[in-house]
Amino acid sequence: MAAEKMALAKAINESLRTALEADPKVLVMGEDVGKLGGVFRVTDGLQKDFGEGRVIDTPLAESGIVGTAIGLALRGYRPVVEIQFDGFVFPAYDQIVTQLAKMHARALGKIKLPVVIRIPYGGGIGAVEHHSESPEALFAHVAGLKVVSPSNASDAYWMMQQAIHSDDPVIFFEPKRRYWDKAEVDPEAIPAPLHKAHVVRAGSDLTLAAYGPMVKVCQDVAAAAQEEGRSLEVLDLRSLSPIDFDTVQASVERTGRLVVVHEAPVFFGSGAEIAARITERCFYHLEAPVLRVGGYHAPYPPARLEDEYLPGLDRVLDAVDRALAY
Amino acid sequence: MTVESTAARKPRRSAGTKRTSAKKSPGQDAELIQLLTPQGKRVKHAKSAEYAAYVADITPDELRGLYRDMVLTRRFDAEATSLQRQGELGLWASLLGQEAAQIGSGRATREDDYVFPTYREHGVAWCRGVDPTNLLGMFRGVNNGGWDPNGNNFHLYTIVIGSQALHATGYAMGVAKDGADSAVIAYFGDGASSQGDVAEAFTFSAVYNAPVVFFCQNNQWAISEPTEKQTRVPLYQRAQGYGFPGVRVDGNDVLACLAVTKWALERARRGEGPTLVEAYTYRMGAHTTSDDPTRYRHDDERLAWEAKDPIQRLRTYLESETDTNESFFAELEAESEALGRRVREVVRAMPDPDHFAIFENVYADGHALVDEERAQFAAYQASFAEEGEGK
Repeated sequence: MAAEKMALAKAINESLRTALEADPKVLVMGEDVGKLGGVFRVTDGLQKDFGEGRVIDTPLAESGIVGTAIGLALRGYRPVVEIQFDGFVFPAYDQIVTQLAKMHARALGKIKLPVVIRIPYGGGIGAVEHHSESPEALFAHVAGLKVVSPSNASDAYWMMQQAIHSDDPVIFFEPKRRYWDKAEVDPEAIPAPLHKAHVVRAGSDLTLAAYGPMVKVCQDVAAAAQEEGRSLEVLDLRSLSPIDFDTVQASVERTGRLVVVHEAPVFFGSGAEIAARITERCFYHLEAPVLRVGGYHAPYPPARLEDEYLPGLDRVLDAVDRALAY
Repeated sequence: MTVESTAARKPRRSAGTKRTSAKKSPGQDAELIQLLTPQGKRVKHAKSAEYAAYVADITPDELRGLYRDMVLTRRFDAEATSLQRQGELGLWASLLGQEAAQIGSGRATREDDYVFPTYREHGVAWCRGVDPTNLLGMFRGVNNGGWDPNGNNFHLYTIVIGSQALHATGYAMGVAKDGADSAVIAYFGDGASSQGDVAEAFTFSAVYNAPVVFFCQNNQWAISEPTEKQTRVPLYQRAQGYGFPGVRVDGNDVLACLAVTKWALERARRGEGPTLVEAYTYRMGAHTTSDDPTRYRHDDERLAWEAKDPIQRLRTYLESETDTNESFFAELEAESEALGRRVREVVRAMPDPDHFAIFENVYADGHALVDEERAQFAAYQASFAEEGEGK
């Protein structure tokens, strides 16, 4: 594969293909990942090229998918599991939290669980209920799991490579509304470490921290703010467990203000953890309280209301104004 | 305190439906595979011939070996219960009464087979060569597992009910992918048969024709709930709905358990897919040392099962039908006491873990937050030392 511009979904597909080619122990499994190529076509063509034994259409049972992936990992395989939509992961939550996350520690390090769980997440595509949720905090809260979310095609390619190579279970949240956004992917590049945050736009007045689908929103916010003479720095956290607090801290020490943006509900969301830690680390640098913009403490609304529920340009700008007003 | 009568526990017949006849006692069950009666007699039935073939050539030495396994397992189990009573263990889940089911099935496995136990499979662990004292770490509270699962192909005890059925199935899918002729065996109980994970394991194993044996010890009780609260059909019959065979075996008959499990494992090796074995047995003791069975079951039920004791029936057979002499039993008694002594000594000497074990093995590749918190914890602990030095 040469360097080329490709959609985020295609980048994951290429990354899975690279991994399947490189290591016969890598498996792809999930509902409809075979002939159909997954409901988002992320696994398109993989079963045709690698066979039903390596790209496995599973029964429609999420706990079964993750539970058998654990068993395959114990046998020496490296399963990459697809959960079809964010809202469908909960039947597997017990296997993920109770079994997958803890097994390495329970065995005093004697066994490893290199399982990647891919979850298309987030809203903005006009879907029916249970198809637009952002449950990342429910996984980041669990010791033993690593949680990451790329925001662009290049990161999607490389972070998937790194997740598959990881000997720890990785929950890989894919921003489904960005599946079709294109960016240059260079398979010869040297990637940043998986859990390192990126400064995607430098600025001096305020830091916006986001991940996954909200990075683009924050970049748009920074561009709009620029027109009003405000210089915003945008961080792409990329990883939620662990979080690269050093990069956030360095940014906030420069800007003195932080707004965290995510689609997930604000209450007990990742923004709460970031606000608490950054307040501890940067207390004397802060010019304003850390503010958060996210979903409300309500079930994800019907699609016709999701634009009001999801953080968009205006809501983030409003938070920026409030932070700058201190 | 009111104790429910046996009759009151039976599921109420709903209007217009015919109640399925769930057989209560092994003796009444026409489908039960039994090779050694409670009276210690070898029996031959046409229905059990296919299984009996697997133990047709069993020697008196091998039978004595099974007897020894059961006696030592029971002795170990009794010692662990005592250690809990003495405050050396936080909890113990006794296998009393289930020795035949565990030793018979455990001895049917091959070294390269893989076992996924619940938390009560002390007899299977014994067969796999796991040092029994290793089983006690989690019950003492010094670790949450404590043995290398790959050391004896014996996975960690799984406490959440039924989860391991899926791990076994996935592992078996991997065995099949590797083209190996090993088999996998998943243990669980009558209570676990209600869990979705067990149902999903049945589905996955059937669809992928995975070389796995589901070994269900139906010990009649899931803590306080009788099997009637879990199912309206005999458990082994559930297999039919998934498209693989189910067999009910006398779980107190070590020979039958050995034979049926060997048969099922061989099916798996031959690529014929999963099997459900329901070992019909009885939990003679409490669910765990924290449980009080007098609140929910009658002693006469236990007494009825005592007459079917797995160890006594084999002893009767050995004494009446083989050349086993008294010195064998005497030597075993001495070995048994020595095991109890060793377990006692090892447990009492088992050290508490280092404080920093909290942060060990949370991740294989490390994690910045764990590193940060370990450093904070170290600094916190060190602060006491400094205070002490200042005085």
